[in-house]
Amino acid sequence: MLATALVATLILAACGEDGEAGSDDPVVVGQVAEPASLDPHVVTAVNDFRININLYDGLVRYAADSLEVEPALAVDWTISDDGTLYTFELREDVEFHDGTPFDAEVVKFNFDRMLDEDHPYHDTGPFPLAQQFYGHLAEVRVVDEHTVEFELSSPFAPFLSNLAYPTGLLISQAAVEAHGEDVGRNPVGTGPYVFSEWRSNEHVTLERNPDYWDGAPEVPGVVFRPITESQTRVNELMSGGADMIVEVPPDDVAALRDDPDFVVGEQAGPHVWFLILNLAEPPFDDVRMRRAINMAIDKESIVNDVLQGTATVAHGPIAEAFGAAYNPDIDPYPYDPDAARELIEEAGYGDGVEVTFYVTEGGSGMLDPVPMGEAIQADLRDVGIDARISTYEWNSFLDEVNAGIEGKADMAQMAWMTADPDTLPFLTLRSGAWPDEGGFNSGYYANERVDELLEAAQVEVDEDARIAMYHEMQEIVVEDAPWVFVASWKQNVAMSPRIEGFELHPSFLLRLHDLRWAD
Amino acid sequence: MRSYVVRRVLQVIPVTFGVTLLVFAMMLLIPGDPARAILGSYATPENVATLERQLALDRPPHIQYVTWLGNVVTGDFGRSYSLNRPVLDEILERFSATLLLAGTALLITVLLGLIAGIVAAVKQHRWQDRAFTVGALVGLSIPSFWLAMIFIVVFALGLGWFPTSGMRPAFGPSGPLTVLHHLVLPATALALVAAGVIARLTRSSMLEVLRQDYVRTATAKGITRRSVIMRHAFRNAVVNVVPVIGVQVGFLLGGAVYVETVFGWPGIGRMLVTAIGTRDILLVQGGVLLVAVTYVLINLAADLVQAALDPRIRLG
Repeated sequence: MLATALVATLILAACGEDGEAGSDDPVVVGQVAEPASLDPHVVTAVNDFRININLYDGLVRYAADSLEVEPALAVDWTISDDGTLYTFELREDVEFHDGTPFDAEVVKFNFDRMLDEDHPYHDTGPFPLAQQFYGHLAEVRVVDEHTVEFELSSPFAPFLSNLAYPTGLLISQAAVEAHGEDVGRNPVGTGPYVFSEWRSNEHVTLERNPDYWDGAPEVPGVVFRPITESQTRVNELMSGGADMIVEVPPDDVAALRDDPDFVVGEQAGPHVWFLILNLAEPPFDDVRMRRAINMAIDKESIVNDVLQGTATVAHGPIAEAFGAAYNPDIDPYPYDPDAARELIEEAGYGDGVEVTFYVTEGGSGMLDPVPMGEAIQADLRDVGIDARISTYEWNSFLDEVNAGIEGKADMAQMAWMTADPDTLPFLTLRSGAWPDEGGFNSGYYANERVDELLEAAQVEVDEDARIAMYHEMQEIVVEDAPWVFVASWKQNVAMSPRIEGFELHPSFLLRLHDLRWAD
Repeated sequence: MRSYVVRRVLQVIPVTFGVTLLVFAMMLLIPGDPARAILGSYATPENVATLERQLALDRPPHIQYVTWLGNVVTGDFGRSYSLNRPVLDEILERFSATLLLAGTALLITVLLGLIAGIVAAVKQHRWQDRAFTVGALVGLSIPSFWLAMIFIVVFALGLGWFPTSGMRPAFGPSGPLTVLHHLVLPATALALVAAGVIARLTRSSMLEVLRQDYVRTATAKGITRRSVIMRHAFRNAVVNVVPVIGVQVGFLLGGAVYVETVFGWPGIGRMLVTAIGTRDILLVQGGVLLVAVTYVLINLAADLVQAALDPRIRLG
């Protein structure tokens, strides 16, 4: 009897929750994990950035549809001719959510806190990415209330786009002073949404900021739910427990694309999935073999069949999502096993050759590495290359590969997602980035012209000149083929068709400012 | 009796610290480290070294362990690297969610297991017995995570009776009833396997007792069948079941890892899986310590209950 009553109550409760979300409801977003913190200087994961970008603003931000930089809290800026002095003019009409004014002092506080070990609030970190992005910063000076100067110790061209990275979002000084290291759970920014509640492992709730300087959002708020299991995320979308989910698994993307009850958004990101080739030893010390293997692998089939269209083919070391920095004129390697066989014959491996191929079970940005590895193995077998796969757990894999693959393997899978076109080639293709120099050039590629270009690009202030250097670098690298360029990951969302005003951004961030419910 | 209790309580200490030492050693032995997990793509050797210094991970392992142990004794569990908050806050919050889940599951397990076991024993060889025996066997054979997925497909996605995941609605009012609503599927999925074990054991234990002379005597004295079964037979049969219930608590806590993951339940099982992935040693240590202590204490409680029920054990 009691049980019947209980079940009846529960079913009634279930019905009460049913029905379409109304326009007074917040938008519920299914995220991939619990946020590490909401302190923009502390966090390092895209999962956290996706929330922070809606809570905070930086001096600059990415343009609506590219990774190029546009004004945010800084209305304008000048860069000195030697590339070491950046002067920012700040917006004068902005307040933090706690009512404290946004001014030059706060900007200085934010960067000093991250970079100055003697700063009274430096112990509220650690700030893992601060040195990586802003290590060139020698001093931040307050010129007047709304003008701030950044002096760099040496010119560093990626500096401006690094300011647009979510590590450059600006937090209220008063909030840091009040909460210390727990400010990450009591975040105060200037962004389109105001922090409301964080219930551990259940949800983070943000409410609309009616006074937002760039126009108040239309929806009353946004709720981020951490749903680690990808299938559970899909279930929540289908049952109405989430209005939008990110990182939909390939199988479900294919199904949801055809379902009129859902809308799927996809956008290629600043990501490259490649095979590192070992240039120190045969057979890949011979450029003909490296070109052959680039033509022997059916990359279209990998992105369309193995990855079910959740990636695009990568043509070189810089992802297409970087816009101007990507060289659209490079001549990608076609899928041409006959040409590959000819090159292999020419290189003297016509009777077949055995290579060791490092594959990981899974890892950050690695997509579906085992099936991809097997597809590559099958393609290579067709041209007489016998690839012996060794599979490693992600952390062991990194230990093995980052130390350099000489004497161990001939090829290894790898993937990177970066914020600036500079980062990946600078850390993986320079001869100064060989493993013994502390870089990630694990296949020992060395080309003097590439070294020159990458070092010059990093200090070149003139954007057009810098882009020209990247273009030339890409041509040389594609020609030299130190990697097999395979795929660029497309991020995706699946959402209710009632959500309007949302576009995915190449940065993989989730800007929810313009969301609204369809009528 | 008192010395038995004291001896058992003291045993808790070496067991739990043995567990933490083992876990600490395993966390050191598996590849990967927290600094690299935090830095991701930007794990250059310089960045890793700086972060390890800031997180005090550059000290020798034995110093790290002894420091941790010293702090724990004074109630300081440290700060989680991956969640940037005190470990104690996190594990207590998460553990209460697991206790709610595992406790409800235990309640279902015990009720269902005992009732099924008693009915099956009393109706031996009749259809009730066969139905419960087959049911218990099926329950025993199904992995709880699979059952969890089937429950979601049928009761959440198909019929829409229950939410698919989480512990509370994402927004709007929530109270005990909404939590209960979220609890039904995961707790049932978790309970069914353990209930199968209890049911089988209760059945065999009851059958054994029902064959005893004193039961026949009681029946011969004209006591009602109901009273014979519950007062005479069940009281004695349950002595054998109680310690197994203690063991099943361990099973429920372990099984919670899968069920919590599938249902997105904010419990400590799911927390441990994530913390191991991010190599968050302090969080893993704190969580394991708490689970181990609970497990040992519950088994202790089960033994004490058994001792109270059965005078022969007190002497041993």
